[in-house]
Amino acid sequence: MGYPASSASAASPSTQGKTILETGDIGRIIDRIAHQILEKTSGARDVVLVGIATRGVPLARRLVERISTFESVDVPLGVLDITLYRDDLRLRGARSVGHTEVPPEGIDGRRVVLVDDVLFSGRTVRAALDALKDIGRPRAVQLAVLVDRGHRELPIRADYVGKNIPTALTESVKVLLTETDGRDAVVLQEETA
Amino acid sequence: MIHDLLSAADLDADSATLILDTAVEMAAMADRDIKKLPTLRGRTVVNLFYEDSTRTRISFEAAAKRLSADVINFSAKGSSVSKGESLKDTALTLQAMGADAVVVRHQASGAPHRLATWVDGRVINAGDGTHEHPTQALLDAYTLRSRLGGIAGRHVAIVGDVLHSRVARSNVLLLHTLGAKVTLVAPPTLVPVGVSEWNADVSYDFDAVLPSVDAVMMLRVQRERMGEAYFPSAREYSRRYGLDPVRVSRLPEHAIVMHPGPMIRGMEITPEVADSPRSTIVEQVANGVAVRMSVLYHLLGGFK
Repeated sequence: MGYPASSASAASPSTQGKTILETGDIGRIIDRIAHQILEKTSGARDVVLVGIATRGVPLARRLVERISTFESVDVPLGVLDITLYRDDLRLRGARSVGHTEVPPEGIDGRRVVLVDDVLFSGRTVRAALDALKDIGRPRAVQLAVLVDRGHRELPIRADYVGKNIPTALTESVKVLLTETDGRDAVVLQEETA
Repeated sequence: MIHDLLSAADLDADSATLILDTAVEMAAMADRDIKKLPTLRGRTVVNLFYEDSTRTRISFEAAAKRLSADVINFSAKGSSVSKGESLKDTALTLQAMGADAVVVRHQASGAPHRLATWVDGRVINAGDGTHEHPTQALLDAYTLRSRLGGIAGRHVAIVGDVLHSRVARSNVLLLHTLGAKVTLVAPPTLVPVGVSEWNADVSYDFDAVLPSVDAVMMLRVQRERMGEAYFPSAREYSRRYGLDPVRVSRLPEHAIVMHPGPMIRGMEITPEVADSPRSTIVEQVANGVAVRMSVLYHLLGGFK
């Protein structure tokens, strides 16, 4: 059978290209976003962090860890796989479905912060919002991303942005994380056809 | 992914594992308040049932609906079939109505294969005669995997009316693909001709097999398919091939008891065994919905 691995979540993307963020930069960004979340939500009260698979999950886990270090609050962590909510299944074919894990506390009445690596067209976030709606009714939903590369196709914006990176549509942004790729980096590459 | 699911042999180990892995996620959704995914919106699934069925038809219907597909149920009784319409003409009608998938159960072995040559949509075999029932094998594999932690290297006994059982045939194929050892246990009259070609051992002695198995899969004695006497009496059958508490006590402690249903209590299985905690009979039905959702998703998800 063999599905073609999607370019965004290939197991080991090639790392040639221009490095935009290094390990230290990513660490500082995570620290800053953790502080911003604490500030904007009165000390992370009722907050649930939900990582969007694949690379949003380790990012969300790091944020949970930083938040608990800064203010010693335990923020519940959820995992969302949006494969079954994608709007391009018909075009790109059925793919293997990842794991979704709702935190035991649920998300009803909570402030959910969705976490993803790259904000691009906004379609992943739209799918994530649809998925959340089937899991429960949060009081509010916010969005945290490591990189915003522009080119939105939907009226969606992020509440917490690690770095805005202006890109051309012919370029691609690769986020590498230690948990999934062995090291931390954000690389800008020219898309090869 | 394959175009149609006609036989358990259509699946290699990777495809089968992918379907089972996806089914785990589908099953998790069953615990939520909103048991609905938008994945197959706008697709039409036709349940074409020429033979009586409760659990399989309802299971496919629930699976398709949870994925937001439109479901059309077609049963031979009360349709043009009773006026003499052929399978081919019925198939062409469904084709004209734009069915994206046809789930078919038919009393004739091979009917789904013929159907697949007439329609463009995906065809899923939901049981054809005494031939195959691949989604039952998948849900049994799912149950085995979740209860025993794996399938490779496990030993499964399939006991009873193997001759008339499409469940047995599909299970032997799939379990072999997934690396399990299978022993068929039946009276000689209920063992199919050519069984030596199957990837399974055959035993006529249930008691000798009991201590070494990880799971016992009991089959219903299919009286409706028996034109003649295959064994002297129901009582003798039960005594030699029925599963009662005494036999269960000889199973290894972790072994599970399965039955595809419908079961005949007192014939192949006693009520105490059917209702015991080791029995997965009700669990199998619940797993059936998740597994069928996974099959529909993989066959229809990327289908234009």
